[in-house]
Amino acid sequence: MLDLKLYLLQRLSALVMAPLVLGHLAVIIVAVQNGLTSEEILSRTQGSFWWALLYGTFVVAVSVHAAIGLRVIVFETLKLKGFALNSLTWAIFLGLFFMGARAVWAVTAVGAT
Amino acid sequence: MLRKLIDSVGPQFEAFKSQDEGLGVTETDKNIDVSVWRGGPDGGSFQRFEVPKQDNQTILDVVAWIQQNDDPTLSYRFACRVGMCGSCAMMVNGNPRWTCRTHVNKVLKNDRLEIAPLRNLPVIKDLAADMDPFFDKWREAGGVFHPTKSRNDPVEEISPLEEERQNANAGIECINCGVCYAACDVVAGNPDYLGPAALNRAWTLLNDTRDCGSQSILAAVSRGGGCHNCHSMGNCAHLCPNELSPMTSIAGLKRVTALSFLRPGN
Ligand code: SF4
Ligand code: SF4
Ligand code: FES
Repeated sequence: MLDLKLYLLQRLSALVMAPLVLGHLAVIIVAVQNGLTSEEILSRTQGSFWWALLYGTFVVAVSVHAAIGLRVIVFETLKLKGFALNSLTWAIFLGLFFMGARAVWAVTAVGAT
Repeated sequence: MLRKLIDSVGPQFEAFKSQDEGLGVTETDKNIDVSVWRGGPDGGSFQRFEVPKQDNQTILDVVAWIQQNDDPTLSYRFACRVGMCGSCAMMVNGNPRWTCRTHVNKVLKNDRLEIAPLRNLPVIKDLAADMDPFFDKWREAGGVFHPTKSRNDPVEEISPLEEERQNANAGIECINCGVCYAACDVVAGNPDYLGPAALNRAWTLLNDTRDCGSQSILAAVSRGGGCHNCHSMGNCAHLCPNELSPMTSIAGLKRVTALSFLRPGN
């Protein structure tokens, strides 16, 4: 179930994600050129504010976008509504955000691994 | 004298008669196997009828034939029979159609027809659906005209070339048949969704410069069951018998509501 605000949040998060997805694909292609090793990845990302910002933004946008999208599917197919639907939306958002933030922390924070 | 008159008119009359038969309905020796939904608000089931196949036969002809020749208790709704009033819509082989203008040949599958009341609405009896929820939503979507002038004011001149008027014109020919409402899967999944026809009406009214209710229309279509629930799959536009595109109107509402939220006062 979408009202104007959720609709806007979903569109805005999509807008943020579009260039990030393309950037992410480009990085994958460049990164695998010399084989894929954890040292190579960590040497690029560890201690880098910009990589943390890039992937951090990505994680926030994905969490918002997926939570709203799943909310609509759950509402239309399972007929969940009201408090239950809102709780589920928040749970999906927080779950995705937590997992994503942990991963970003793991590859960018110095001494995290 | 009279004899002469008859003799001279006779051949013309015969010619006229045969021409009339050629244009009208002629029976063939085939039958159509028709399943018609029978029942009331608490449920029902399909009943089978054999209906003679005719040339130029519409679905409404089939239903009327059953009611007149086989089972007079069959209930259904129609009025104009020429695609004006919007009262004859039913589900035909799974899709909503205006039955008075849908030819059997167009929708027949293996000489079989399945006719049911419009989807997404409560049933009154047999093929007559209860249209109340459909029309209640027209009001909920802000579809009642909000006048700016009284009868004492001069009639306002509206240029047909204005963009807003053209937007309104594109959706104004709705006959309230409910086909799009029955075609919409979001209505099926979300009973609160205002639906394509009511939102199309809201869009035409929003573009009507004589209407002063823009803010209330935008608020009405932005709530939980509003225009933002549309998945833009276009089944409404695909099946609308008047070839309107409620989907396009809804896209317009999404755009205008978003802009007016981001730039209040505009
Ligand atoms: S385009 Fe929107 S209103 Fe039309 S059928 Fe699809 S979901 Fe319903
Ligand atoms: S928009 Fe088309 S399908 Fe929907 S009620 Fe109007 S005429 Fe019927
Ligand atoms: S009977 Fe009027 S539109 Fe079909």
